[in-house]
Amino acid sequence: MPYIRQTGRRHECRRCTQECVRYNVWLLSLLTFCEWLANTPGSIALHESLYAYPVIESIHVLTLCLFLGLAVMLDLRLVGIAMRQTPVSEVADRLLPWTVAGFVVMVISGALLFYGIPVRTYQNIFFRIKVVLLMLSGLNAFLFHSTIYRKVAEWNLLPVPPRRARIAGGLSLLFWASIVVAGRMIAYNWFDKPI
Amino acid sequence: MLFHLFQWIENSGLGEAIRESKWLFPVIESVHLLGLAVIGGAILVVDLRLMGFGLRRQSVRQIASDVQPWLIGSLIVMLISGGLLFTSEAIKCYYHWAFWMKMTALFLAILFTFTIRRSVTVADADRIGTVRSRLVAVVSLALWSGVGIGGRWIGFS
Repeated sequence: MPYIRQTGRRHECRRCTQECVRYNVWLLSLLTFCEWLANTPGSIALHESLYAYPVIESIHVLTLCLFLGLAVMLDLRLVGIAMRQTPVSEVADRLLPWTVAGFVVMVISGALLFYGIPVRTYQNIFFRIKVVLLMLSGLNAFLFHSTIYRKVAEWNLLPVPPRRARIAGGLSLLFWASIVVAGRMIAYNWFDKPI
Repeated sequence: MLFHLFQWIENSGLGEAIRESKWLFPVIESVHLLGLAVIGGAILVVDLRLMGFGLRRQSVRQIASDVQPWLIGSLIVMLISGGLLFTSEAIKCYYHWAFWMKMTALFLAILFTFTIRRSVTVADADRIGTVRSRLVAVVSLALWSGVGIGGRWIGFS
């Protein structure tokens, strides 16, 4: 007997195990949450707005320059191919407040974009890829700061930082580039589920 | 005259290929966005420094020369990817005010960056007053923001 779940459309589940049911319940509750979100007045207003949505979208895209532009500068320094004469800690510390400010704007504007179109975005494959990549990127940054960056005094002035720092910078560049591409692709509906 | 040129571009094989492909336009758009992040960083890091923020212990001259290859590299990527996007919808651009705003701002921004802004960033720090370098940074940021906002708005039509 195939277990039929309802996450937007009817779907036959091939693995009818206990885990599978639990997994579906979890997905189902996320979807229910998104459906509830879509029916809140704020979401409807945003969805139907003529200018608010495109303006928020523009803010989200253009803040890329502030947030990612400066984060990329740090990553390039870590990889050892830009600003090689500037101490690493200086690039990290002096640019950090600006990067953080940019990140806050990105998160708020991104959350609002999600809030305006929750169900469709939640079901979009590129959105899901983006969320996973964001977590990986966060993990990479956390590992970098909690390990090799603690000893930055030892390699602060090196034009080309040690391997682990270069790897962290390279991974960060890779993750963020993929996040940008995935983010851009959310707007396209190639893989959307038929309504 | 100009309209015929735009029409010819839109009907060219390149424009048609990008328009008819499902993937090409989004992929080129993504490259354009990645270029945006880099060019944004390369401009901001210098403009912030000119305003007295960011990497204050380094000289403007050094930061500017450090990021110069990234600025030029990303500008080339932007111009090529942007040009390709343009070929696929030249006629729409012809009728869109945002396109003309972007092109005007882009022309002025490039001109300003490689003349006045460059003369300030290569000069010795003690010869350039803070008021002047701040003014240059503000004008630079305003012009490049105009390019970005105009560019984003071409997509809304």
